[in-house]
Amino acid sequence: MTGLLRRAAKALPGLLTTPLLPDDYLTLVNPLWSARELRGRILEVRPETRDSATLVIRPGRGFGFDYRAGQYIGIGVLVDGRWRWRSYSLTSVPRAGARIVTVTVKAMPEGFLSSHLVSGLAPGTVVRLAAPRGDFVLPEPPPPSILFLTAGSGLTPVLAMLRTMKRRDQIGVAGGTDAGGVDVIHVHSAPAAADMLFGAELADLARVCPDYRLTVRATRSEGRLNLARIGDLVPDWRDRQTWACGPAGLLDDAERLWAAAGLADRLHTERFAAPVARDAGSGGTVTFAASERTVRVDGATTLLEAGEQAGVLPPFGCRMGICHTCVVNLVDGRVRDLRTGAEYEPGNRVQTCVTAPAGDCVVDI
Amino acid sequence: MWWTSDGDHRYRSIRAPHRSRRRALGTELDAIRRDVEESLGAADARYIRRAIAVQRGLEVTGRLLLTCGSRRRTWWAGTLTLALAKVIENMEIGHNVLHGQWDWMNDPEIHSTTWEWDMAGAAKHWRITHNVAHHKYTNILGMDDDVGYGLLRVTRDDPWRPRNLLNVPFNAMLAVGFEWGIALQHLEIREVADPETRPAAVVRLREFGAKAGRQLAKDYLAFPTLTAFARTVPAGRKSSAGAGFASATRAPFASAAVAGFASAAAANATANLIRNLWTNAVIFCGHFPDGAEKFTLTDMAGETRGQWYLRQLLGSANIDAGPVLGFLTGNLAYQIEHHLYPNLPSHRLAGISVRVRALCAKYDLPYTSGPLPVQYAKTWRTIAKLSVPDRFLRDSADNAPETRSERMFEVLAPAERRRGLKTAIAEVRARASRLR
Repeated sequence: MTGLLRRAAKALPGLLTTPLLPDDYLTLVNPLWSARELRGRILEVRPETRDSATLVIRPGRGFGFDYRAGQYIGIGVLVDGRWRWRSYSLTSVPRAGARIVTVTVKAMPEGFLSSHLVSGLAPGTVVRLAAPRGDFVLPEPPPPSILFLTAGSGLTPVLAMLRTMKRRDQIGVAGGTDAGGVDVIHVHSAPAAADMLFGAELADLARVCPDYRLTVRATRSEGRLNLARIGDLVPDWRDRQTWACGPAGLLDDAERLWAAAGLADRLHTERFAAPVARDAGSGGTVTFAASERTVRVDGATTLLEAGEQAGVLPPFGCRMGICHTCVVNLVDGRVRDLRTGAEYEPGNRVQTCVTAPAGDCVVDI
Repeated sequence: MWWTSDGDHRYRSIRAPHRSRRRALGTELDAIRRDVEESLGAADARYIRRAIAVQRGLEVTGRLLLTCGSRRRTWWAGTLTLALAKVIENMEIGHNVLHGQWDWMNDPEIHSTTWEWDMAGAAKHWRITHNVAHHKYTNILGMDDDVGYGLLRVTRDDPWRPRNLLNVPFNAMLAVGFEWGIALQHLEIREVADPETRPAAVVRLREFGAKAGRQLAKDYLAFPTLTAFARTVPAGRKSSAGAGFASATRAPFASAAVAGFASAAAANATANLIRNLWTNAVIFCGHFPDGAEKFTLTDMAGETRGQWYLRQLLGSANIDAGPVLGFLTGNLAYQIEHHLYPNLPSHRLAGISVRVRALCAKYDLPYTSGPLPVQYAKTWRTIAKLSVPDRFLRDSADNAPETRSERMFEVLAPAERRRGLKTAIAEVRARASRLR
């Protein structure tokens, strides 16, 4: 009887607000009280270098702090009435009882949204969050010897790993017990040592932890790192587990090198690919993620038609862009509205009956 | 019935309008869509967020008045506030969000795929019958179920059956229980009988049952129970302040609880009834007053984009409205513009209507609009008239208030047929009234 009453009491708020949720009313008082969609409030935008900043975010109800160093979160910001999404590596240390998370954003010259995040976001702004994800993470406990290969803002997930290992005393500290400490070599490329992200923090880390050795390659003066000669810098690179993050060129080279050495399973990579639309009409390969099918179509073929060609049966209604029965989530790539030419980026739900791929794209059906 | 016979050249000059003109009209209507889509921004997003906040505020206020107050005046204030909240929730918010009018904001909480509304039927069922069937096949007898809701005879194109004698009482029933009429629309309960369609039909029934069950439980169980509890608190206080305890307390306790339960249930029923009558009136004013034409399947064969626009234009009717009435109708007072652009945000339709009216003047096309009481009375008049067989009616399906065909222009001389549709209709009408 009491069990029944308790269940009734628990169901009551939901029944009183149906078809909405109690959270839909709470969010009108404080946006962070709703756990229906993850949200966070920007506490601080801390400049790091000339063109980058760390966002200190206080997540609202429902956010799990049990993420792992190296994972990324999605951040949605409201720009001109529209929610626009980007993913950034968390740079904060995951721990129980934490109240904040941080991400570090570099303003890309062509990236409107990243510039907005670095310089246009006022403290107090409410942003949307997507739960942490990604498998660019260290195992627990970490392997005895590690190579970190990073370039530019590819440093951020590795920074989270370093901070976490430091906090957990997993890297040997000078004068410490040094029992079972992890040996880390870190090769980082930046245009110039002076405008390197977190340069001071990493230099400090190298000073207190003799088992953390950092080599910074200033590419503007020294030229790009030649991975074929990695052995000169890291003689035992074959014996190390390697985590690499940076521009596609670096990662492609690394994958080739490690594969040629028969060590592909020792290399872990993370790509930050900003989707770029190809010319109108060029089409692309459409991947239907849930149905695990792909099809190549031209730029005049709608996603709906592409799905039907691939044997996926996407939902549809009017087939003329008015009913919104066919909308699906665009996971990656870009699509173009055939009626208006408007382009949509990942994180949008798009009408498959009137949009066509603008380059390769992935949809969630 | 309009461009029924594209192979028939007899009335080409007058047919609504000539093909090249239709294409030009389509291009101009497309341009309006593009202008509006490109101009959507922060101010529009603020509008819908505010509308939602106001609606939820009204709903909470109404429920609080009903739960905490016990006087007659409070009951009425609470009931009317709740009814207003339900009207706004249903029309300006629910209907429009479910159309995808706010999908451009990419807000997962105000999105056609995630929204659920305060109606007996499931939103996902309604999106099929409404967004697809009604908005694509608008006013086509046999395709658009909103043409009579499977219950009423609303056009002479529909052959008379004896049950149409009950058109007027059926219409009254539908108005009173409108949310249930809408909920049953997509269920196609008959399909349960056929083994082939049964599984899908059963799934729909189950989804409907879950949704309707929660709606009923909220309005007729949860809130009444809460009110019953709230009423027993002062009743208990009063009796314990009095002399005796024991048996004396039980009676006022129970009667206060029953009264509270009944008053909340009655208030919710009244609010739902007001919302049903209002939405029914607004929606009927959109397609059933004089001038809003019905179509048949052949009208749609080989239809171009321009013809689709034209069918929306000729099949819909507006209500003359200012900002307040516009808001209360969910901007369906601009039914014509809503049908031309079902997924453009509702608060933009008033502005769009200025441009659409100008286009109608330019292309000499009819644009039906009138005051709410007049339009609503006309819907009842048509429904009442059509309850009897056609032989008792003066107008034929070729030239009636709710449907017409090109044959109505046979009375015109060839030179007169070269005019626009609006002028031609007016000329035929004028001639008929002169003859009368």
